[in-house]
Amino acid sequence: MADWTVDQLEEWDARIREIVEEFGLACHPQEFEICDHNQMLGYMAYSGMPSHYPHWSYGKSFEKLKTLYDHGVNGLPYEMVINSNPSVAYLMRDNSLLLQVLTIAHVYGHNDFFRNNFTFKTTNPEYTIPAFKARANRVRGYIEDPTIGLERVEAVFDAAHALSMQCRRNLAIYKETLEETRQRVFDAAQERPDPFRNIHAKREYVEPNLRRNPPEPDEDLLLFIRDHNPYLSEWERDLLTIAHEEAQYFLPQIETKIMNEGWASFWHQKILQSLELPASMSFEFMVRHNQVVCPHVGGINPYHLGIKIWQSLDERCSQNGEGRDSLFSIRESDRDTSFLRRHLTEELVRELDLFEYAPRGEEVLVTEISDKEGWKTVRETLIRNTGSNTLPVIRVIDGDHEGKRTLYLEHVHDGRDLHPEYAERTLAFVHQLWPTEVVLSTSVEGKQTELVRSDRGFSMRAA
Amino acid sequence: MSPPESVFRPFRSSDAERSDRAAGDRARHREKVREAIRSNIADIIAEESIIGQDRSRIIKVPIRGIKEYRFIYGNASNVAQGNGGTQRGQVVGKNDGEGEGSADRAGNQPGVDYYETDVSLDELIDLMFEDLELPDLDRKRLRQVESERMFKRHGFRQVGVRNRLDKRRTARARLRRKQAREADSGETLERFPFHDADLIYRHVTTDVRLESNAVVICIMDTSGSMDTTKKYLARSFFFLLYQFIRSKYQNVELVFIAHHAIAKEVGEEEFFNKGESGGTMISSGYKRALEIIEERYHPTLWNVYAFHCSDGDNFESDNSRTLELAEELSDACNLFGYGEIKPLGPRYYESSMLNVFRRLDLDNFQTVLIERKEDIWPSFKALLAKERMPVEAIDG
Repeated sequence: MADWTVDQLEEWDARIREIVEEFGLACHPQEFEICDHNQMLGYMAYSGMPSHYPHWSYGKSFEKLKTLYDHGVNGLPYEMVINSNPSVAYLMRDNSLLLQVLTIAHVYGHNDFFRNNFTFKTTNPEYTIPAFKARANRVRGYIEDPTIGLERVEAVFDAAHALSMQCRRNLAIYKETLEETRQRVFDAAQERPDPFRNIHAKREYVEPNLRRNPPEPDEDLLLFIRDHNPYLSEWERDLLTIAHEEAQYFLPQIETKIMNEGWASFWHQKILQSLELPASMSFEFMVRHNQVVCPHVGGINPYHLGIKIWQSLDERCSQNGEGRDSLFSIRESDRDTSFLRRHLTEELVRELDLFEYAPRGEEVLVTEISDKEGWKTVRETLIRNTGSNTLPVIRVIDGDHEGKRTLYLEHVHDGRDLHPEYAERTLAFVHQLWPTEVVLSTSVEGKQTELVRSDRGFSMRAA
Repeated sequence: MSPPESVFRPFRSSDAERSDRAAGDRARHREKVREAIRSNIADIIAEESIIGQDRSRIIKVPIRGIKEYRFIYGNASNVAQGNGGTQRGQVVGKNDGEGEGSADRAGNQPGVDYYETDVSLDELIDLMFEDLELPDLDRKRLRQVESERMFKRHGFRQVGVRNRLDKRRTARARLRRKQAREADSGETLERFPFHDADLIYRHVTTDVRLESNAVVICIMDTSGSMDTTKKYLARSFFFLLYQFIRSKYQNVELVFIAHHAIAKEVGEEEFFNKGESGGTMISSGYKRALEIIEERYHPTLWNVYAFHCSDGDNFESDNSRTLELAEELSDACNLFGYGEIKPLGPRYYESSMLNVFRRLDLDNFQTVLIERKEDIWPSFKALLAKERMPVEAIDG
């Protein structure tokens, strides 16, 4: 049975909050909920949300988590925090007092990060929980509607989930309306006042194609389909919107996994060190802390990588005799990719013994290591496998290609081919939502190729 | 500015018990898994491993339909952390050709999803046979024999034998009577003995269960021309037939008859493993089958299913006798099937019994041609489905 009471937790929490304040972390109000392991599995399956619309994929994810947990492959996380205001965190009932204290400290780190990092500015944390609840209610309404029903709702979500991450990456950039984009494309084509027009060669006027839809390539695949497939019913459009909004809500967390976990671990360590723990607890703290931030050989532990970088930055600050101001501004204005590019130094890459690997035939081989020649390549490959860089960029080029209502998509190829089976099956989902032909232009083993999906099935052709 | 007080919500077990929120989605997922298994059954049947396995065995079934597809990258390079001293060209794992090649541990890239589910063979068989119905089950209902007499409780009576006395009800009846008497007379009674009317006995009826018996007679050509591939195909077919019939009857027995020029009854092991040499006389197998039916499995008491597998390479001179006996055997059986196994395609072989059997036009006689292991499931379904057609036609 637990060796703590809620009163004790409140006392520790008060002390932790004092320290948090001293360190200068700026948090949302915090709520803690104590739950058992079954509830925790439930929260994990639904990304922490207290209410969420139903879909079989969450049942699958629950089963998977439970199997792993029952077989002792994975433990459960000690906590789970959701990005909302007030922030909500779940604490596991069976954890020891020290683990609860450590978790509470860790949670404040996440809370501060959610509140201050720029990628989260668009997530409207005040409305997180009500928004998820409202979406769940809408979906339940559609399921209960006898003219719609579970199966049709499920089918739309199957397709929408497959495409929901095909969206704009940088949410800090304002999304123009169709009219605004047209205006800008038009303006850009006009002759601009040029004081040197006498000596410049005369630029030929190219008429902008304002009839093309979208005027410029669009990454928001679901929204484009929602707005430009006239055959969708209202409820289908709503489901696409729901899937899109959820993806947008979770995108910042995908973009900042390493920074965020590193930041929270960095601070829980600092906080617990200043708590003057009794000897028994401080030993347990060392054990637990090391379990969390230990390196995963053969993989990447974001906690470990993150805390290492933050610690090296912190050291640099103290060597230069500066305060932690620069740390706070980095946590505000970076995301994982820029964080790694700027602050994962040669020394760190070497210390962590990062290496690049790739499949070659039957085996997976080390292709680059962190020596003088290789460390930059290793870092670049790491960056390409971080955050939304793991998601291929696919843009809508034309919604009425060759005047045949064909949806023309382009994969922005960065040297990595699409997984062929997954591309074929996902294209079928695009076609499900766009009933005429769908074409995806990509490169397969160096050859420009068009993947085509229509009522006649799937085919590939050289472009 | 100090952050406002944090809120702690203590654990409430009532909430925890109520909050199995994933239950609906789990059930739906489970349904999808079953659907996926059902649509993959042909593949699963063709898998060598399940044939002849113990029914309680758990098998792994890869479910392709439940993957959640997204656009992801194929085989691409990635970064991992080493122990120190990692060298270029060092082998760090195996490429399984699925999504990201992973170093030592499973990739956790989004969308890369291995999915396997454990299904017991029993469950699989139920799924397989869900849509299939045994053609002749109704007609032979008379052959059910009384197999079990069970005693079943059925209410209460005031008479009965002492060992079925329900003490609790009896005591309650006495108490009820006592209270009624006391309320009547207004006095408390010290001593109040049981009365015959208080005694309550459990009543028991006998429950007769009818049992249906079936026997599956497996006849196989074990002549020199039947090689291991052919035997494997035959075995798969017998396996399906046996499992299917087992799912429909309570008591199923198996008889194995191996024949080349002469036939004998053998054990299961020998049936599938031992090869003989020499020529083939199919009639010998049928004759032996008829003898066994006569001796041990008389059709008035048993549902008889016979199936014969051969490569069709019979002595010409034996064909007419075979045809006669096949007709006789069909009469004795609920269903008699003949499977011709030609792994190299029908044109490669000189002779075929299929042509001979074409002359035999009986409701419960079926022939199938099996060329590859993928044919097994469709032919098996055809074997059972053909018979049903006239019934459906009448219904329609």
